[in-house]
Amino acid sequence: MSTPTVEASVPAAAEEHRSFTVTLIIRRFDPEVDDEPRWQDFDVQMYPTDRILDALHQIKWDQDGSLTFRRSCAHGICGSDAMRINGRNRLACKTLIKDLDISKPIYVEAIKGLPLEKDLIVDMEPFFASYRDVQPFLIANSQPGAGKERVQTIADRERFDDTTKCILCAACTSSCPVFWTDGQYFGPAAIVNAHRFIFDSRDEASSVRLDILNDKEGVWRCRTTFNCSEACPRGIQVTKAIAEVKQAIVRGKV
Amino acid sequence: MNSTPQSETDEVKIVDGIHYHQFDVVIVGAGGAGMRAAIEAGPQAKTAVITKLYPTRSHTGAAQGGMAAALANVEDDNWEWHTFDTVKGGDYLVDQDAAEILAKEAIDAVIDLENMGLPFNRTPEGKIDQRRFGGHTRDHGKAPVRRACYAADRTGHMILQTLFQNCVKLGINFFNEYYVLDLAMTEVDGVKQPSGVVAYELATGTLHVFQAKSIIFATGGFGKIFKTTSNAHTLTGDGVGIIWRKGLPLEDMEFYQFHPTGLAGLGILLTEGARGEGAILRNASGERFMERYAPTIKDLAPRDIVARCMVQEVLDGRGAGPNKDYVYLDCTHLGAEVLETKLPDITEFARTYLGVDPVVEPVPVFPTAHYAMGGIPTNVQAEVLRDNDTVVPGLYAAGECACVSVHGSNRLGTNSLLDINVFGKRAGNAAAAYAKTADFVPLPADPTKEVRELVDMLRNSTGTERLSTIRKELQEEMDRGAQVFRTDESLGNVLKTIHDLRVRYTNIAIQDKGQRYNTDLLEAIELGFLLDLAEVLVFAARNRKESRGGHMRDDYPDRDDEKYMKHTMAYLSGDPHSPDPEDHITLDWKPVVVTNYQPMERKY
Ligand SMILES: Cc1cc2nc3c(=O)[nH]c(=O)nc-3n(C[C@H](O)[C@H](O)[C@H](O)COP(=O)(O)OP(=O)(O)OC[C@H]3O[C@@H](n4cnc5c(N)ncnc54)[C@H](O)[C@@H]3O)c2cc1C
Ligand code: SF4
Ligand code: FES
Repeated sequence: MSTPTVEASVPAAAEEHRSFTVTLIIRRFDPEVDDEPRWQDFDVQMYPTDRILDALHQIKWDQDGSLTFRRSCAHGICGSDAMRINGRNRLACKTLIKDLDISKPIYVEAIKGLPLEKDLIVDMEPFFASYRDVQPFLIANSQPGAGKERVQTIADRERFDDTTKCILCAACTSSCPVFWTDGQYFGPAAIVNAHRFIFDSRDEASSVRLDILNDKEGVWRCRTTFNCSEACPRGIQVTKAIAEVKQAIVRGKV
Repeated sequence: MNSTPQSETDEVKIVDGIHYHQFDVVIVGAGGAGMRAAIEAGPQAKTAVITKLYPTRSHTGAAQGGMAAALANVEDDNWEWHTFDTVKGGDYLVDQDAAEILAKEAIDAVIDLENMGLPFNRTPEGKIDQRRFGGHTRDHGKAPVRRACYAADRTGHMILQTLFQNCVKLGINFFNEYYVLDLAMTEVDGVKQPSGVVAYELATGTLHVFQAKSIIFATGGFGKIFKTTSNAHTLTGDGVGIIWRKGLPLEDMEFYQFHPTGLAGLGILLTEGARGEGAILRNASGERFMERYAPTIKDLAPRDIVARCMVQEVLDGRGAGPNKDYVYLDCTHLGAEVLETKLPDITEFARTYLGVDPVVEPVPVFPTAHYAMGGIPTNVQAEVLRDNDTVVPGLYAAGECACVSVHGSNRLGTNSLLDINVFGKRAGNAAAAYAKTADFVPLPADPTKEVRELVDMLRNSTGTERLSTIRKELQEEMDRGAQVFRTDESLGNVLKTIHDLRVRYTNIAIQDKGQRYNTDLLEAIELGFLLDLAEVLVFAARNRKESRGGHMRDDYPDRDDEKYMKHTMAYLSGDPHSPDPEDHITLDWKPVVVTNYQPMERKY
């Protein structure tokens, strides 16, 4: 057992209290004024351990109150603030300044493929519509005894663990080139949420969901570009989940 | 699928640009409490859920450690022990009839969730696994017991997802990103009765009136009155603030919980489940200091006690770090396997946000504002109280915004996820039953008047104050004077600051003057609620001259059952803008319900 001392472990945060100026170039769009989005830069004082969300807050709170974005939890758990940061989809609250190249300006814009509403906000309704379409809920007609849980082995529970982590942030779906050109495609997030039930030993409707995803806008649209897996802030192996659903369709069973 | 506002059951009338809807049951809030209520009410009555966030963004999703229920799946346990622990954990300010309901109905609440699909961690026999948590004990304090049902350290995420999934299944009507800003009350036979709610639609700036027979508030907590907090930016206490402004009472507002293990400097939570799995708190010299304060259950003492001990260590110069202002949570002996499988998220939080790897280094931690024990007073049917015993017909509250009171002066870990399920369900059923027998109360003549005035005032203001400055000053002052240790002087200073800030608030200007997605405007409105609630909290705290649970007075260090074994009831009774809170806040008391357990000294 370790017995830490002060010397042994100064946290990284304490070592890095030097702040510096960072430039953010943000793609703005005010639907009441602008015909087209426009880029605007802002300088902010940041610490290396600050997050992009802190930078956005600093702009909104100290410079321009009209900058508009969604956020809530501020630690990567609610899925509100997926955006494109230097061309990659990430959560603003999980992207630390020190992990970006700050010798250059940082580009921030809304995620792609969903209708742009204002600044960094897109209309999420089409995204949630695809989610609802895969029947993302347990379907099981057999009842466990009254007042009893369904039994599930540790291995069976493990089988779908990865896809239970999804926070519906849309980083994956809005990084998918297929989705950009074909908004009808279910998209990775909906497939992830179907996977979560298809591989749950308690569920009795996998075949229904496999049918839905065998549709022309279903899994076969996926071209395995892996953008989604790279974008997922929860570390879900999205492409693998899609591949497992494809295999299950081919085999006709889970 | 019809969980969009355009469902055919919603007939909207538009008068002067204002949209009027009618539902039997309207639920405000789509966190755990709101959606659990919707699952009951939805199938029985025409129901709408109005929420300022997409349901899955609600802060229930941040809950980590677990949900208590004496399932006895892994060791001997029963609901009576759970009741006792809840009462003792709450330092005897718990209403014991309510605690008994909580502990008894816990078992069904967990089973309900499992049956709805929640992926709990499992035992080798395939049953729901259980872990230890602070203050939960075997046989009235003999030793820690494994009572918390969990899904890794994402229990809240799984609850929120599972409830949302079941709402989708039932086709519940959601109005997402609608901010409820007022409760419409109409005078009937000389008494004001709730008739609906007024909401502001974020996307368009349109006002909506939802007339309803039953209204459930499930708007969550208000941790953003503090600077260091585990709470989301959106936890601004709107629902509690609305009730307050209507002249209805708030209960036990002085009792606010500070969770021991927030990431130092950030406040992001590391679940107590870590200590449940064996993690240890250490001071700068590596000493396991909780052994000195709570020899029997040590690091698993209730939160109020652990938080105070940590602050005491720092005050006594035994804090760690360059400024000696935090202590360590040592998980290194748990091993990578336990951390990665049972505590994966918090392991990642420490790595991402502090650059500290819990597998090999201890994590700097310090108490963080976490949970409101007080709130909107209700009875065990979740009916809102107008005074100590009269209910407001058709009005309900559940979850963190409510005070039943099952948490008394200090909530035990895992009892809130339980609370939102047990009392969310009760609220949903009671609201639906009431809607079946009651008629609509007519709306007042101009239901949106106050909201219009508020919005216009903020939009048109030419003031010079920035909302972010006022909010920051409020939060810093609350951390300084109303946190883990309080004195008459510190609280008096906070009250003065709050008064100044309230005056300055009348002079704030927002920069976004637009109609669409005007989050600048809404942050300003939220700040108004924060200021109101902070004032009530501090005023009530100053009045309670004893130390009990989450409320610790340096100048009155002991619990005083003779004078203070009773709930505080605070009423807005004058011009809210008068400088002295004495002029507009009236405090009263409400007896504690005692059934089986007489107050004892609280030793662990
Ligand atoms: C980090 C963290 C970890 C926790 N871990 C645990 C744990 O392990 N075990 C445990 O038992 N408890 C835990 N808790 C406590 C518990 O999670 C919360 O108390 C509980 O989830 C609150 O649920 P709720 O439904 O009352 O509110 P929330 O989930 O906060 O939901 C509030 C809802 O109200 C809506 N709302 C708010 N204002 C308005 C408005 N003006 N108009 C419309 N809608 C509005 C929001 O959109 C949201 O949908 C934890 C808390 C935190 C912060
Ligand atoms: S799979 Fe990952 S990226 Fe996609 S919505 Fe879920 S959490 Fe976000
Ligand atoms: S704000 Fe919640 S995920 Fe970033």
